[in-house]
Amino acid sequence: MSNSKHPTSPHLQIYRLPLTALLSITHRITGVILAFGCILLVWVLAAAAHSASYYEAMVPHLQSWYGQLFLLGFVFALYLHFCNGVRHLFWDAGHGFELETVDLTAKLAIALAVVLTVATWVVAGLG
Amino acid sequence: MAEFTLPANSVIKQGKLFKAPDGATNTRRFIIYRYDPDSGENPRTDTFEVDLDTCGPMVLDALLKIKAEMDSTLSLRRSCREGICGSCSMNIDGGNTLACTQPIATIKGDIKVYPLPHQPVVKDLVSDLTNFYAQYASIEPWMKTDTATPPDRERLQSREDREKLDGLYECILCACCSTSCPSYWWNSDRYLGPAALLNAYRWIVDSRDEATGERLDELEDPFKLYRCHTIMNCAKVCPKNLNPAKAIAETKKLLVQRKM
Repeated sequence: MSNSKHPTSPHLQIYRLPLTALLSITHRITGVILAFGCILLVWVLAAAAHSASYYEAMVPHLQSWYGQLFLLGFVFALYLHFCNGVRHLFWDAGHGFELETVDLTAKLAIALAVVLTVATWVVAGLG
Repeated sequence: MAEFTLPANSVIKQGKLFKAPDGATNTRRFIIYRYDPDSGENPRTDTFEVDLDTCGPMVLDALLKIKAEMDSTLSLRRSCREGICGSCSMNIDGGNTLACTQPIATIKGDIKVYPLPHQPVVKDLVSDLTNFYAQYASIEPWMKTDTATPPDRERLQSREDREKLDGLYECILCACCSTSCPSYWWNSDRYLGPAALLNAYRWIVDSRDEATGERLDELEDPFKLYRCHTIMNCAKVCPKNLNPAKAIAETKKLLVQRKM
């Protein structure tokens, strides 16, 4: 609410956001990453469906540093969004609101997302 | 709408330095937000070196010492100085809390003091809470009944029903929770915020209240209630250790349950 006469007190500029808040905004950001990432993934699939030559032209990009970075980022975003989504599911049912619990589940969600990302990378033979 | 930066008239400038008296050995720096509506200038932060050997233990003690001894123009709200009235709510060391119950000793480094975040500032640490109070009034925080009161006694409540109000009725309306909430920062014109919603739930679960359905009808709105995204800042900062996020989730549950 900006009132032209009174200044607005500082907010994001000065607030020390706790882990729970940082994970909340990350949940949104990963959601956006997944939405745009899906378009790129569909592009890869469409290329494969189109012709061998189109797909072969795409492979070097997927194997390049930026292609790998995109895949790694997408996989991590997927797992973090999923794990944090499970937290939201419990919250919607009215569970897990205690201060110790929200901190614990925040750390759990991040740790699990890291583990699942590494596991996927290893299983997919990309690492 | 979400505006992540401060408007031009709200950008904070560097202010003055008030040095500790000669001979003071145990000093801490308090960096305090200042705004003088009469000057026509932007807000600034002044730095005060406070001698802790002659100061009480809480941040409020330091603010009152500054006002008494260093700069009498410093404006802030305070009353009870023991966490009951909720007047001295402000942003200290990056989090909202009551200055009277926040020890100086538990803060590391310089102590930064700002008014409650994303509010219109009247002067220094005094913010305009008109909207906050209007939102509280909008949830009609009083008992509503259709039936007549029994002629020979009060409206009674079982011990179990009374216990449902624990963790709700203790709210002192200090606004620490609502002004810590990013959703409230961006949408305080339409989102009621954690404090008003906690109090709405306090009346919804009161076994003596007979307007439960109407109260839920009022809240069933994409903005009033559903701008809560469980960011949890509200519960993190509540100086009375209440959990508005939980109360909001319970309200959402009731709205689903009554449809089934």
